[in-house]
Amino acid sequence: MAKKFIKKRKRNLMSVGLPAEIIFNIVLILFALLCIIPFVFVIVISFSSEQSIRQIGYSFFPSEWSVTAYDYVFKMGDQLWRSYFNSFFVTIVGTLVSITMCILYAYALFRRDFKFRSFFTMFAFFTTLFGGGLAPTYMVCKQLLGLSDNYQALIVPALVSPFYIIVMRTFFSSSIPEELIEAAAIDGSGEYRTLVKIILPITKPGIATVSLLTALAYWNDWYLAMLYIRDAKFIPLQYLLMKMQSQVDFLVKNSAKIGAEVANVVSQLPSSTLRMALVVFVVVPITFAYPFFQRYIIAGLTIGSVKG
Amino acid sequence: MDEKKTKAIALKGRRKKHKDRKKTLILLSMVAPTSIWLILLRYIPLFGIVIAFKNYKVYTKAPTLINNVIHSKWVGFKNFFFIFATTDSLKFIRNTVCYNLVFILCGLILSVSFAIMLNEITHKFVAKTYQTLMFFPYFISWVVASYFVAALLDPSNGLITRFQLEHFGAATDFYNNPKPWPVILTLSSIWKNTGYSTILYLAAITGIDTSLYEAAAIDGATKWQQIKYVTIPNLRTMISILLIMDIGKIFNSDFGLFYNIPQNSGPLFSVTQTIDTYVYRALMQTNNISNSTAASLFQNVIGFICIMIANTIVKKIDEDSSLF
Repeated sequence: MAKKFIKKRKRNLMSVGLPAEIIFNIVLILFALLCIIPFVFVIVISFSSEQSIRQIGYSFFPSEWSVTAYDYVFKMGDQLWRSYFNSFFVTIVGTLVSITMCILYAYALFRRDFKFRSFFTMFAFFTTLFGGGLAPTYMVCKQLLGLSDNYQALIVPALVSPFYIIVMRTFFSSSIPEELIEAAAIDGSGEYRTLVKIILPITKPGIATVSLLTALAYWNDWYLAMLYIRDAKFIPLQYLLMKMQSQVDFLVKNSAKIGAEVANVVSQLPSSTLRMALVVFVVVPITFAYPFFQRYIIAGLTIGSVKG
Repeated sequence: MDEKKTKAIALKGRRKKHKDRKKTLILLSMVAPTSIWLILLRYIPLFGIVIAFKNYKVYTKAPTLINNVIHSKWVGFKNFFFIFATTDSLKFIRNTVCYNLVFILCGLILSVSFAIMLNEITHKFVAKTYQTLMFFPYFISWVVASYFVAALLDPSNGLITRFQLEHFGAATDFYNNPKPWPVILTLSSIWKNTGYSTILYLAAITGIDTSLYEAAAIDGATKWQQIKYVTIPNLRTMISILLIMDIGKIFNSDFGLFYNIPQNSGPLFSVTQTIDTYVYRALMQTNNISNSTAASLFQNVIGFICIMIANTIVKKIDEDSSLF
């Protein structure tokens, strides 16, 4: 009897109790579902027939399923494939250049024996506190640096993030003992050699975190395209999607295959399902990369929130 | 003998100096690419601030950026007066600040409660699954999110509009009616950002020393009392720091949320316009470069003051958590 009581008491001290835990679970399930359901909904809509949408609107249970939207995308999605390529290209090149610059800068800031350490720390950090604002930056980029209707315009303005530099530096200082660098220097290893052969292998998780965050930012970017891109040739996925909101025919306007029949094709376009099919195309790569991303990004966020 | 020694020392010193100089040069070469970027894209635009005090006009004889800026007329604070003379400016400043306050408050309450709940789930696998699902919206752009919202609010096919039509006979014309938008924008912001901040708080909770809980349990504290007297007090510093930092950014807004979710709809501007969307629209849509620059200068100066104050307060609470 006494034993049972103690056991029960112990249980009470270690958990919130069954009823409370059930309520917690319900609340969390509801919110978790809320986070994911919109995406499921969009998938369902993209597979509904136009007929069903006219009848009952967007619904989780369409009266008729159809793959017409995907048919259209595959048949005349020239613009879509073009944009897919642009997004992948910008994401890959942008991330590679950006992470290289970030590692180099953060590594120099991490070195205590760097003479201008505090100057360059302030030099990067100041830009997060005060800036020229959108209009001057836009005009400098467009008119002085020629960032307009080219791939550079989608890559260059997002290359540097002082926040990631600080995160990267924190990774360096938390995983590399000072003596290691001294030892390498005594062995006659050059600075760059030390960085590539010794430092980088140790900080792989940190590099993965910052790379993934950067890649995500490039993949999700539409703002730079909205500012600097007018030519459909360079439009990335996210901006294509944004344009489709107001003009669904944008997707086929530039398609070489249909040419003169544009008006005819546009009038038969399954506009609402086509839009949603495109959303699915944009989100699918993220869902595939998500498990990966999640692990590293959580590691990065928790370290980033602790100042180094 | 002595002469030889001093010579040797001098030589050694020179060699060391030479080596140091070489090292500094190599390290400078490492910071060079980012520094050049910072100069071109962050420091040169700083000079553009003068546009806020000028009437920016294209200099027709030789229309380069620098000529345009130099040859535009000085107008003093006229641009600022112009912006603040309209009632619109009061609205977009009010919107920026009020939305931020609501987002900060709702975000704080929800993410701290979710983090505490997640920590109390017995099955770690289940907790992990919730966490994974909650974090998903963080990876989605506002453009995609705007389609999610449109799936509910679309004037002809939206889930909610159809529901209203069926059950009430009339539907709200969401994209032309500003009334429901404060709620819609708040829900959108919660949807996208709560998972992220929940994870931050959860990490802080897992970081709390377990011996504190054991000690509390020995003293007979129930789990609820442990949450109240151990978890929350231990989170207090982090909560106040994140809170103050957020308040430091109160004049900034998430452009994507306010531009994409309402789909750039004009009739909604009274409740969806913020300083950032105004700056963008003045530049790209009404082509009023001087006003755009003036508005962002206003935002920058006030923002700078707020961040400085916030940082000072944080420094008082916890030296290590301050930004600088």
